[in-house]
Amino acid sequence: MTTTPSSRFGADERGWFGDFGGRFMPEALVSALDELTVAWQEAMADPTFVADFEKILREYAGIPSPLYHAERLSERVGARILLKREDLNHTGAHKIRNVLGQALLTKRMGKSRVIAETGAGQHGVASATAAAYFGLDCTVYMGSVDTKRQALNVARMHLLGAKVVAVDSGSATLKDAINEALRDWVASVDHTAYLFGTAAGPHPFPSMVREFCRGIGDEARAQCLEQYGVLPDAIAACVGGGSNAIGLFTAFLEDEDVDIYGFEAGGDGFETGRHAATIYAGDRGVLHGARTFVLQDEDGQTIESHSISAGLDYPGVGPQHSFLADIGRATYLPATDAEAMDAMALLARTEGIIPAVESAHALAGALKLAEERPGQTILVNLSGRGDKDMGTALEYFRLGQADAETGDPA
Amino acid sequence: MSVSTAFEKARVDGRAALVGYLPAGYPDVQGGIDGLLAMVEAGCDVIEIGLPYSDPVMDGPIIQAAAQQALERGVRTADVLRTVEAVAATGTPTLVMTYWNPVARYGVERFATDLANAGGAGLITPDITPDFAEDWIAAADAHDLDKVFLVSPSSTDARIAMTTAASRGFVYATGIMGVTGTAQATAAGVAPLIARTKATTDLPVGVGVGVSTGDQAAELATYADGVIVGSAFVRRLLDHPDDRAAGLRALTELTADLAAGVRRA
Ligand SMILES: Cc1ncc(COP(=O)(O)O)c(C=O)c1O
Repeated sequence: MTTTPSSRFGADERGWFGDFGGRFMPEALVSALDELTVAWQEAMADPTFVADFEKILREYAGIPSPLYHAERLSERVGARILLKREDLNHTGAHKIRNVLGQALLTKRMGKSRVIAETGAGQHGVASATAAAYFGLDCTVYMGSVDTKRQALNVARMHLLGAKVVAVDSGSATLKDAINEALRDWVASVDHTAYLFGTAAGPHPFPSMVREFCRGIGDEARAQCLEQYGVLPDAIAACVGGGSNAIGLFTAFLEDEDVDIYGFEAGGDGFETGRHAATIYAGDRGVLHGARTFVLQDEDGQTIESHSISAGLDYPGVGPQHSFLADIGRATYLPATDAEAMDAMALLARTEGIIPAVESAHALAGALKLAEERPGQTILVNLSGRGDKDMGTALEYFRLGQADAETGDPA
Repeated sequence: MSVSTAFEKARVDGRAALVGYLPAGYPDVQGGIDGLLAMVEAGCDVIEIGLPYSDPVMDGPIIQAAAQQALERGVRTADVLRTVEAVAATGTPTLVMTYWNPVARYGVERFATDLANAGGAGLITPDITPDFAEDWIAAADAHDLDKVFLVSPSSTDARIAMTTAASRGFVYATGIMGVTGTAQATAAGVAPLIARTKATTDLPVGVGVGVSTGDQAAELATYADGVIVGSAFVRRLLDHPDDRAAGLRALTELTADLAAGVRRA
C-alpha cells in the first residue's frame, strides 16, 4: 500500500510495520481513518495532486531546501558535516511539508475545518499557515505548559487566524494536546480533518506523514551525490514523534553503507529518569493509536517526558522508528539538554546559523559521531530554525545583557 | 457471569437494564467500592468499573478529573481488580471499562485470568476494535469473559456486523458523536444506530455516552435494551469532595431516578 520503493521497511495494508503500528482507536474514528486512507492513496496516484503539492512546496514554502557544507564546523570537528537546511523553509521547519500535504488533501476531501495538536508550536504555526493558505477554519490544541514556554508561537497562530486552545489535563504538554484533539475529532469528524503533526498515531498517519516529508531525504540524497559525488557515511536527525527523521531516512533505507541515527531528547540524562528517550529507554505499548515504544510505568500509565525542547517532549514515537530500531536498520541514541544547547551555540558561532533546539539534538549527536568517524561525511537534518527558542536560549545562557566592555578580543 | 443474564432478566421484566459506571479509586479505593455498592443497592443491574488511565481519549472533563485524581492518589491495576471482586461479590454482573495499554502492560492473558478470578464478567474496550483485538478475543474466549465492543453513528454497516460478530455480553452503542459527559443523546439520534446494530445480532444493545437523567433513560429505553450512565454518577461524587455520606446519597438518588426511568418506557 505504501508508495515507498523501499516497501520492506514500510507498512502492510493494515498499518503494521512488523510488530509495530496498527490502529488502536475508538470505533467512532475508524470510518474516518479508512476514508482518509483511501483518499490519500488516490491522491498520491493522481499526477495532478502530486504536481499541485510540488508546486506549492516550491513557490510558497521555498522547497527544496539547500544542502550546505558547514566548513568551519567541519574543520572544528574533523568530519565533513552537511546540513539539510529545513530551517530555511517557510514557517521555519520541515513541518510545513506535512501540513501543506495534509491540507491539500483536506481540500480535495471537501472538509472545511482542520484541527491540530502542537508541542513547540511549530506544527501549530504550520497548520495555521496552511489553513490560511487554503481558507480553512483552524483550531490548534496546545498544552498549557507549552503555551507558556512558546508564547511567541501562540501569537503567530493567532495572527494567522487560528484558534488556540490551552489544554490543562494530564501533564498539559504534547501528549495531552493530542488527546484533546482526538476528543474534538470524535465529535467533529464529519466536517473536520485532523492534521496530525508527526509520523506517529494510527494508520495511515505514520505512512502518510512520512510520504509528505520524504522530500527531505529524496532531495538531500540527490544533492549530496550531485554536490559531493558520494553518499554520506552517516545521516542524523532528531526524533520527537519522528516526522523529520523518517522524512530524511526513507531515501537512504536501501543504501546499506549509509548508517542511520536518530537522536532522542536525553533531557537531564538517562540516569535521572527525566528525559524523552522513548526508543532508548521505553517499553513496547500502545499510545495514541499505535503499538510502539512508550515511556510508561509498571501499570502501563504513560510517564511524563522531559526535555528542554518542547518539540521532542513526547513519551511515544512513530511506529516505523520502533520497527527500524527493532530490525537494527537505524540506531537511536539520546542527546541531553546540555549537549543540545552546546551544539546550538557552536553552530551559531561557527556558521552563523541558530538552529531550533530540536535540531540541535541532531547536531549534538552528529558531533559525537564525528569523534568516532574522522574524515567521514555526516549529513544532518537541520529540521528548523531557532527563532522560537530564543526565550529558552536567553534563560539557558543568561543572554540579553549588553557586554560590559567594548572590545577587540585580539 | 455474563452480563447477558442481567439484560435477559430486565427483558423478562419488560424494561431496559441500567448500567452504572464509576472509575476505581475515586475518591479512594474504598470510597469507590462504597459508591458502587450504593449503586447496586439502589437498582443498577450491571456495574462498569473504569480503570483510570493517563490518556483517556474517549472521556470528557468529568471522568478525566476523577480518574486523574485517582491516579495521583496512587491507584493501581491491582486496586481495580480488588474493586471488581468487592462488587461482583454482590452477584451483580461487573465489567471493567479500560483503555488498552494498561491491559497490554499487565499481560492480556494474565489480566483475563485475574479478572475472571475476581468474578469480573468481562471488558468494555473503548479504544480497540475487534480487528485489532485478536489477543484479547482469544484470552476472553479462553476465560469465558464478555467482550463489549463499541459501535458508533459513524460506523459502516459492514463494521457494525464485524463488531457484533466479535462481541459477547452486549453491544455498546455510543449515543452521540463525542466523548463522555458532553452532549446529550436523544432517541431520534440513536434509533438508527440501534436499528442497524440489531439487524446484525441477537445480542442486547446498550446505549451510553450522553445519558444522564431518568427522563432520557426512559426515552432511550424504548429503543435500547440497556442504558449506560457514567459522567452523571461521577459528577455526584465530584460535587461532594468533603462529604462522603452526601456523595453516596447523591449516587443513590440518581440511581433511583434512572431505575425508574428504565421502567417507565
Ligand atoms: C524544528 C523541529 N524539529 C523537530 C521536531 C520534532 O518532531 P518530529 O520528530 O516529528 O520531526 C519539531 C517539533 O515540533 C520541530 O519543531
